[in-house]
Amino acid sequence: MNGPLRHARHLIRVAALFVGLFVVFLFAKAALVPKDFGLYGHYRPSALAANTTRELSYAGRAACVDCHSDVEESRKGSKHARIGCEACHGPLARHAADPGAQAPVKPDPRAFCLGCHAQNVARPATFKQVDAEHAQGEPCSTCHGPHAPEKGPKP
Amino acid sequence: MSESRRDFLASAGKLLLLTGPAALAFDFVVSGRAQVAPGYSAREHWWGMLIDIEVCIGCGKCVKACKEENGVPEGPYFRTWVERYHVAGGVSEHPDVDSPNGGLDGFRERYRAGDGAKSFFVPKLCNHCATSPCVQVCPVGATFESPDGVVLVDKDYCLGCRYCVQACPYGCRFIDPRTNTVDKCSLCYHRITKGLTTACCEVCPTGARQLVDLKDPKDPVHEFLRTHKVQVLKPQLATGSKAYYNGLDGSVR
Repeated sequence: MNGPLRHARHLIRVAALFVGLFVVFLFAKAALVPKDFGLYGHYRPSALAANTTRELSYAGRAACVDCHSDVEESRKGSKHARIGCEACHGPLARHAADPGAQAPVKPDPRAFCLGCHAQNVARPATFKQVDAEHAQGEPCSTCHGPHAPEKGPKP
Repeated sequence: MSESRRDFLASAGKLLLLTGPAALAFDFVVSGRAQVAPGYSAREHWWGMLIDIEVCIGCGKCVKACKEENGVPEGPYFRTWVERYHVAGGVSEHPDVDSPNGGLDGFRERYRAGDGAKSFFVPKLCNHCATSPCVQVCPVGATFESPDGVVLVDKDYCLGCRYCVQACPYGCRFIDPRTNTVDKCSLCYHRITKGLTTACCEVCPTGARQLVDLKDPKDPVHEFLRTHKVQVLKPQLATGSKAYYNGLDGSVR
């Protein structure tokens, strides 16, 4: 065999190999890529639902108020009224589901208060801050009930 | 055939122009309401966060709550953290920044009043960019912008290649040493899809952090954005950040 098609067999073999590999690639892609991949964007849509399954640690203020409306009432009008219950009493999702399963944290009536109210130049100047002398060694709760600190000690 | 080559090319060109929008429209119709949790339709929300530096007191409750709620590993791994800025002379390209243990235990006084510097706290978290650099570099589609505007991670799909960790201009990603996959703020996706706020916003005592839904016309964020001078971090990068900072100083990076 002479002429321009002298090496045709070599070319056909290579071409067949390419086509074969491409078919393998198509099968592999169909098998490996999840069916709904790309439905909303370049990701698996099931990842959205997977991100919602985590269990709660914090129940949220509404859940607290469901039972403890008296505490909510006592805080009205106070500077501490807007603070979420779990900011001081710790995460309480298990307590909200079953009150016996988890006890709310009762924070230390001095060290805990200083976490927010210790003097610090980086804090906004308008925010109430106390120096070491202010309490004279007494716990803050002696004069300030934590739920409504400006209304004197807790009754 | 009466059609000339010119006519053919013109109509083919028109058809080609239409396929792009048509494909987009088709995608939108197919994706439907994106129901990701019972009673929650992702297309009806567009989440972001409002951070008011003027009222942040650096108590670190957000950092602690985030670790607790999301099972963030112990040690120097944070989905959210608080930085303290100390800007000597009032104007500085090189502010003094510290964040001991991410601010988790609060900040010991380091500076004295009247030293001629300004000092303030800046809470940081994933900015949930609308056009995220981190999403663009993921080679496998394991991180993405959800239809409700939250940048999420598909932990089962992540290879742990760390491209996204480098791509994030805000340093908001880390590799979880337990799984060797990437982890970051999910804006408490498991909470916001149930109608709750994020853990950090739940415990913030001064309201310095607020979860906002920009698609909800009743959200107070719209009024806030209209009446305050608000900025995002690194606006020159055009990341479409949705973490809006009130009272942001130019020294903050």
